[in-house]
Amino acid sequence: MSAGMRDALHAEWTKFRTLPATCWLLLGSVAATVVVSTAVSASFGCTSTAACHVDITKLSLTGTYLGQAVVAIVAVLAVSGEYGTGMIRTTLAAVPHRTAVLAAKAAVVTAVTMAVGIPAALGSVLAGQLILPRHGFSPASGYPVLSLANATVLRAAAGTALYLVLIALLSLGIATVARDAAVATGAVLGLLYLFPILSQVAGNPVLARHLDQIGPMTAGLEIQASTGLRHLPIGPWAGLGVLAAWAAAALLAGALLLRLRDA
Amino acid sequence: MTATTTARETAGAEAGRPSFWFVLRAEWTKFRTVRGWMIAMVFAAAVTAGVGLWAASGPQKGCQPIGPNGPIGPPVACHPSNPIGPGGEAVSDSFYFVHRTLTGNGSITVRVTSLTGLISPNGRIAPGRNPERNFVRGRVQPWAKAGIIIEKSARPGSAYAAMTVTGQHGARMQYNYTGDSPGLPGDVSGASPRWLRLVRSANTVTGYDSADGTHWIRVGAVDLTGLPAAVQAGLFVTSPLAIAAENFSPSVATAAFDHVSLSAARPGSGWQGKGIGRDDQYPSLPGGFHQSGDRFTIRGSGDIAPIGPGADGLGKPADDGLVSTFGALILVIVVGVMFMTAEYRRGLIRTTLAASPARGRVLVAKAVVIGAVTFAAGLVGAAPVIPIGESLLRSHGYYVFPLSALTEVRLVAGTAALLAVAAVLALAVGTIMRQSAGAIAAVIGLMVMTYFFGAALPVLPAGVADWVMRLTPAAGFAIQQYVPAYAQVANSYTPQFGYFPLAPWAGFGVSCLWAAIALGLATVLLRRRDA
Repeated sequence: MSAGMRDALHAEWTKFRTLPATCWLLLGSVAATVVVSTAVSASFGCTSTAACHVDITKLSLTGTYLGQAVVAIVAVLAVSGEYGTGMIRTTLAAVPHRTAVLAAKAAVVTAVTMAVGIPAALGSVLAGQLILPRHGFSPASGYPVLSLANATVLRAAAGTALYLVLIALLSLGIATVARDAAVATGAVLGLLYLFPILSQVAGNPVLARHLDQIGPMTAGLEIQASTGLRHLPIGPWAGLGVLAAWAAAALLAGALLLRLRDA
Repeated sequence: MTATTTARETAGAEAGRPSFWFVLRAEWTKFRTVRGWMIAMVFAAAVTAGVGLWAASGPQKGCQPIGPNGPIGPPVACHPSNPIGPGGEAVSDSFYFVHRTLTGNGSITVRVTSLTGLISPNGRIAPGRNPERNFVRGRVQPWAKAGIIIEKSARPGSAYAAMTVTGQHGARMQYNYTGDSPGLPGDVSGASPRWLRLVRSANTVTGYDSADGTHWIRVGAVDLTGLPAAVQAGLFVTSPLAIAAENFSPSVATAAFDHVSLSAARPGSGWQGKGIGRDDQYPSLPGGFHQSGDRFTIRGSGDIAPIGPGADGLGKPADDGLVSTFGALILVIVVGVMFMTAEYRRGLIRTTLAASPARGRVLVAKAVVIGAVTFAAGLVGAAPVIPIGESLLRSHGYYVFPLSALTEVRLVAGTAALLAVAAVLALAVGTIMRQSAGAIAAVIGLMVMTYFFGAALPVLPAGVADWVMRLTPAAGFAIQQYVPAYAQVANSYTPQFGYFPLAPWAGFGVSCLWAAIALGLATVLLRRRDA
């Protein structure tokens, strides 16, 4: 690592950690994930045939749907906040190599989201492990034990943390393109939630399946699936790969525009 | 002041502040001169219309109802139709009818001694001559019906009045598909039979029930306007689709009747059995009857009830396309928040407040502008979705539920109004939080994600989803409810299928309340804080 890159990283880390809002938002994303997951686990009961045919690993991680939105905002603010205050001009004057700035931001966001995603996923799985067996989803009735010793559960939990990292990187890329916090937040959340809605109303099941395969959220969240893997629109790791491709494309577009445009 | 001072400025100076119209015009000028916001509004209208029509234009899934386990019921005509009841709603009118012609005033009395049921274990009807051979004896359907009925004619969709025992909801009087009054509670059995009676007098049919055949209790009466002198009266049995969570399977019910008496029967006419409504879209099985003396055993399948969208796959509501509101909502929220936060970011707010020191007025003017613009955009976007979407769906072989003009207006104007309320809520939250990202996230979290979790995707358990759709600003989506839910019809009444826990205007009221409270709080904060 060159000295320039190390300095850029150090600068980004300093900016990131000294914003009080960031700390609260990060704690909020862990809380949102774990609280929603726990609430869903607690309110789900194996009362009817269909309710019992549920993927409890995925169920215990439901909070990801909400937690990802908070993570996305943190990542958007890491870029848009600088544009809002004019700080970006100072940043680019200090580190004229613009790609290095974006790379440093991406590294900081990755590390921080990982640090947040792991406790969020672990907390959710732990809550499910404690609650779900008491609601009829016990190993005695043929449900898997929600423990990290189970390879599938481990994949789902670790995958959730990776998923959150990729959502953060996608948001960072989009924010670099959009620059404005409002536009970037709207674009990220629209992109995430629009695909599942579209596939829900698509009259054609083949088209609906394709939409699920290319949507960043629908494909990425398949990493949490533990049952019926053969019937998924896309495999767990392939799905995460789709999200990674979205994130890479957004970062690439962001890097390109950051170089081409005046700040 | 010079002689060139305009009348408006004078009026403003006299009042010590600019008139409200002046503030309103200023806010409108600010809005329309930001190109991005105007483009976003055009986009919101385009998304509402485009996604809505796209949703309607997908190729059809098939010509028969599809359940989660595959097709339900026998193949139906590729342009499915359902009878229309006297109230204009789509109904199912399929049952087994053992009837005679009743002329003039008269009555029919019967005793029901048992009601049992069969359901299909795998959700399918086996093909062949005897499709019910694969059926298993199961619990009788809670809303399986066996009793007596007086029909205007034997044509599906005709007006009627019936006294019936049900699988689990006691004796009832039901009429014209949507009417339902409870009678004696309790299940029917040999040890506790139920006596039922219908009395026709001119256009009025009155229903009675009794546990012993001597003490009669009046359950209800209905006025069937235009009832001809000769009507069809008789015994019927029907059994609706069995629902287990989201699995629908056809079912059959069998009932035993005795002590059958019909006064004023047309002389010479005997009891005739007929399966009614077997060609409808509603999956039902052939029925039949056996008579010995005045004892009848009748087997029937189907339902005499209003039908609506649900997991049974019976048709599509034309408002399916209005799910596109969701996309427009995000755009509207972003613009609503920025309409205020942009002023803070650029420092324009200080100029604005210097020009119009009455801060409440500024906020009201902004709310009027953003509300009116989003309402207009929503109207333009939603108006084509229902009429064009409906004909697209029909041309693709879907059954589309009938819709009254008034409901259509409510759906279109309600969607536009919902967008306007969302924009005002966003404006208020933007004023409270003063910075874009947090405010947008808060409003999207309150209104879009709650809708997403509560209605669009079955992520949350039904009970939790219902509360989400009652309490959050997403409750306003109830304004898009198309077909009412009926307590006497089993269906998957979840937001996912377009049934909301609150009535349309009540749900919209909840959203308005959120916007009003947020706007009130924003006004207080705007007045108190330095800009």
